[in-house]
Amino acid sequence: MNTKVNLAGVELKNPVMEGSGTFGSGAEYREFVDLNKLGAVVTKGVANVPWPGNPTPRIAETASGMLNAIGLQNPGIDVLIRRDIPFLKQFDTKIVVNVCGKTTEDYLEVVERLSDEPVDLLEINISCPNVKEGGIAFGQNPKAVEAITKAVKKVAKQPVIMKLSPNVTDITEMAKAAEAGGADVLSLINTLTGMKIDIYKQDFALANKTGGLSGPAIKPIAVRMVYQVANAVNIPIIGMGGIQTGEDAMEFILAGATAVAVGTANFNNPFATEQVAAGIESYMRRMGVDDIRDLIGKVK
Amino acid sequence: MQEKECKIVRVISQKPLTSDVYSLWLDVGEMAKYVKAGQFVSVYSKDGSRMLPRPISICEVAKATKAIRLVYRVVGEGTKEFSKLVSEDTVKIMGPLGNGYTLSAKKAILVAGGIGIPPMLQLAKELKKVEKTIVLGYKDSQTFLKDELERWGRVVVATEDGSVGVHGNVLDAIREEGIEGEIIYSCGPTPMLRALKAYAGEKGIEAQISLEEKMACGIGACLACVCQSKDVDEHSHVHNKRICKDGPVFDAREVEL
Repeated sequence: MNTKVNLAGVELKNPVMEGSGTFGSGAEYREFVDLNKLGAVVTKGVANVPWPGNPTPRIAETASGMLNAIGLQNPGIDVLIRRDIPFLKQFDTKIVVNVCGKTTEDYLEVVERLSDEPVDLLEINISCPNVKEGGIAFGQNPKAVEAITKAVKKVAKQPVIMKLSPNVTDITEMAKAAEAGGADVLSLINTLTGMKIDIYKQDFALANKTGGLSGPAIKPIAVRMVYQVANAVNIPIIGMGGIQTGEDAMEFILAGATAVAVGTANFNNPFATEQVAAGIESYMRRMGVDDIRDLIGKVK
Repeated sequence: MQEKECKIVRVISQKPLTSDVYSLWLDVGEMAKYVKAGQFVSVYSKDGSRMLPRPISICEVAKATKAIRLVYRVVGEGTKEFSKLVSEDTVKIMGPLGNGYTLSAKKAILVAGGIGIPPMLQLAKELKKVEKTIVLGYKDSQTFLKDELERWGRVVVATEDGSVGVHGNVLDAIREEGIEGEIIYSCGPTPMLRALKAYAGEKGIEAQISLEEKMACGIGACLACVCQSKDVDEHSHVHNKRICKDGPVFDAREVEL
């Protein structure tokens, strides 16, 4: 049985990675998951310098999901290079570094710093809804998407994944703009902007007022967007949004995703990533499919 | 190395202590060996629409029978679900999580308020040989765990409505009763911890305080439950310690409240 998939020349042993920010850099989840069994590990977004993130409360549970407004707290690229990349190098998995920034120069500084590092793919976060300049400003305008993609591609030594926001009228416009800018891969969806009110405190549940909605609640939207984007561009897609099981992952793959990411499910089940990978294999056995690649985008 | 576990465990027994506080004994197997006072477990709902585990402090551990006891308040749908668990039911938990208290031989004051009281029981047991006073703050006369704590040291109670003990809060009780110690161990609402931090500063004594915040992963990965720390944290190199992993117990001087 073949579960290997190819993302811009990088071969993953299976299509499963985790959603940036839900897994740290893998160190904390290592006690529960064999990182060698994942197609790739995606780091928490990293900027050129440490970011303190937002005030607390940073999260709130909602029906079949959660809101978060962490605000991209991260230690900056120096620590990632010194601590997290060597940690991940111990494992037989691909390394994806998620990059965030406030300005184009911030992004480029991080991308350049990674040029000589043993990193397989870069994921550019232009879609975080929780930081004013932290990405979303780049992700909601096709011209800006194309420009930042071009700028990153010019300096990047690794293939570039552009992570798209669902908080737009037509995600295919953003996808096409990223493709025109030279993106190698797209990942979608990031979280949907939401709000929760604490009716007893008569206040916002999050200090940031709004946060990004994730979890199974958003899965049908994510599957729809992956399908639309798969039909609009010719580059591979990493699908994500509410994946908890191998069956969930298969919906994304059949809709057109080459790989998938497991995010919020990690909080409900620390074994989720490994179980999704195993679940894809058991689906293939049950359906008598030998090659995962035969299933990518099969539903037209 | 594998001290933390995430697994389904068996309910030994459960009973209510007040109208909304419950006492739950769980058969946790080997996990019990590693439990220290001040640590917590994540408890997962069986309802798939509730994605996030509830962090609940460990009230007591019985190493011989490999059991832990959780005493918690029903505050929402998740804890309401837990309150319906009966003997031989199962529930998924992860633990033990966090660092717990660092024990000292110094004369101690254990100070707790409301649903911050449960971890004091295991702590009082572990401080068996230490001279100590236990100060408990309640809203009213529903003084859960008071009798059990009295077995381990002198207990002074403060109630907001004045129905039992000193009329007021735990600091009123400490002042009114002239309670003295060289170290404070505490758990409770943030305003209480803030007052204790100031009090310990005034007296020049150490205070270990246990904080809480909304949590998602429980193991230090998601960065939801941070508190402001005086020193640069080891994870993000800013001033945000992770309550689930670096705490929940901190030296009061380390954190801004």
